[in-house]
Amino acid sequence: MSEPAKIYGLIAEFGDDRVLVEATKAARAAGYRNVDAYAPFAVDGLADAIGFRRDRMPLITLLGGIVGGVGAYLLQWYSAVLDYPINSGGRPLHSWPAFIPATFEMTVLGAALAAFCGMLIANGLPRLHHPVFNAPDFDLASRNRFFLCIEARDPLFDRDGTQRFLAQFEPVRVGVVPW
Amino acid sequence: MSATTSAGAPRPADSERGVLARNYSYASISDKISDLVLERPAGPGWIAAMALCTALLLLFIVAIGWLFYEGVGIWGVDIPVAWAFALTNFVWWVGIGHAGTFISAFLLLLRQKWRTSINRFAEAMTIFAVAMAGLMPILHLGRPWFFYWLMPYPSIMNVWPQWRSPLVWDIFAIGTYIIVSVLFWYMGLIPDLATLRDRATTRGRQFAYGLFALGWRGEARQWKRFETAYLLLAGLATPLVISVHTVVSLDFAVGNTPGWHSTIFPPYFVAGALFSGFAMALTIAIPLRAIFRLHDFITDRHLENMAKVLLVCGLIVGYSYATEIFIAFYGGDPFETFMVKNRMLGPYAPIYWCVLALNVALPQALWLRRVRRNALALFAVAVLVNIGMWLERFMIIVASLQRDFLPSSWGTYAPTFWDWAILIGSLGTFGWLFLMFVRFLPALSMSEMRKLAHEKAEGVV
Repeated sequence: MSEPAKIYGLIAEFGDDRVLVEATKAARAAGYRNVDAYAPFAVDGLADAIGFRRDRMPLITLLGGIVGGVGAYLLQWYSAVLDYPINSGGRPLHSWPAFIPATFEMTVLGAALAAFCGMLIANGLPRLHHPVFNAPDFDLASRNRFFLCIEARDPLFDRDGTQRFLAQFEPVRVGVVPW
Repeated sequence: MSATTSAGAPRPADSERGVLARNYSYASISDKISDLVLERPAGPGWIAAMALCTALLLLFIVAIGWLFYEGVGIWGVDIPVAWAFALTNFVWWVGIGHAGTFISAFLLLLRQKWRTSINRFAEAMTIFAVAMAGLMPILHLGRPWFFYWLMPYPSIMNVWPQWRSPLVWDIFAIGTYIIVSVLFWYMGLIPDLATLRDRATTRGRQFAYGLFALGWRGEARQWKRFETAYLLLAGLATPLVISVHTVVSLDFAVGNTPGWHSTIFPPYFVAGALFSGFAMALTIAIPLRAIFRLHDFITDRHLENMAKVLLVCGLIVGYSYATEIFIAFYGGDPFETFMVKNRMLGPYAPIYWCVLALNVALPQALWLRRVRRNALALFAVAVLVNIGMWLERFMIIVASLQRDFLPSSWGTYAPTFWDWAILIGSLGTFGWLFLMFVRFLPALSMSEMRKLAHEKAEGVV
């Protein structure tokens, strides 16, 4: 089979998650930076191996919760005290204990929406197509196989050298990812 | 070695490391669960159930249509019993939803590994149950087309919702609950939808599953963010589920009707919600397991654990009943003592005694290991607890309203055909949604099962 004109990278296919973690660590140690590891489930230690440190999900979720909670409280205060003050059984207009339930619910809603949308946006989703889907056997990445891809844009990428590098971990195969 | 991309190359044998019950590997887990959706034709059991549920769904649509045309007068509600079946159904359905969130969120935080094979369909149960619950107050509004008046928006009428009313809290609680439940469920589904996309053979399915999988690739960074966000959602859903039924109970407890006006209501309702929810989870899990032969994934241990939770919740519910009676007499309020006596001996006394038999006496059978390990016996207990909990909600609502302070304003309530049509129709609609779910989406979480198989192989669990 002829080599495609433009390639996205080289991809090694493994049957075992431990080999993938090991190969990922070795690729990082060898100086490769544009490295992606694919697994059918969340493999412990894989994100560390790939050098992923900045997981901003907790911060995004916290901010979403603050926006939801503060927004809901201010809305209640504005509507009950300023815009539509109504004497309800002699209670104070700013009857804060009664404002707690809606504030709590909106805090949770804001945080949950931020967590969900933040996860998608940070992960670059939705993105229905991606060059890595062109890789041979990649349909097994969601079933039982583990993949390590070294992208062609990596400064150290070398068509033959990288292939030799990946082959030393005895993968099921090393494939070319056409662009 | 050459970089081969030829499609005809045989795939080498798997290194089959991951094991579960009966040596399941990552591949066989994925295949078995996705084949339920992609390969297995609809069996006669599914078709028969679908036919029944579709008939009931149509009944539900007709009942709602007639209600919208004619008004709430088609029901048996009147003064003083202005809340009856619709509110009973509402509280019951919300409660059922809570067990799903409890299983998927609370047990995740507690690292209970056995939840893995039951969380997906339990979450689906939550969404469909809360959808049914959310309809009930709207149907009951009298002018349901104005339901959005409960939402705060800058209306041209220059009015805002009354923030001190539990009914306004309710729409925030239920609205948040259904949105968060859908997000949690859908997020867990994304990797599984990717598996279905990759395993589907027809163009239509590849397109549909691919669209909803949003292009999930299972990249290490994606998984890391996914896991963090999933855990955060679980942490958010756990207090949320407690707050939702607390707010539902405040709908009653803030009113001054004897039998409602009690500080015990929030914990009492939350325990009752989990009780009925776990009963419904068992009612669904046992036939689901039998029809799709999922005995390797939903094992007797799952059923036993759920039965134990059911027993504990049943004991808390029984304790709440006892406390209600004790406080009524100890407090010495004549209206409260009358309420308890009226429940025990009044016109709805048979319902009261049924509630005690089904919710307090019957679950005691779950002390026996033989019952917990017997799927058929457990199924019978679960169905009866579901009925018992519906009757409990009916008792709290109707038996309290029909005898309030002034004997001159006493009344009774009897359901009409359309009351029953709404209840039975909502059951059928719930079943219809659930049957569609098991046909088109993986009923068990494949990605979490693969992780479980991995942990089992590593000796973690």
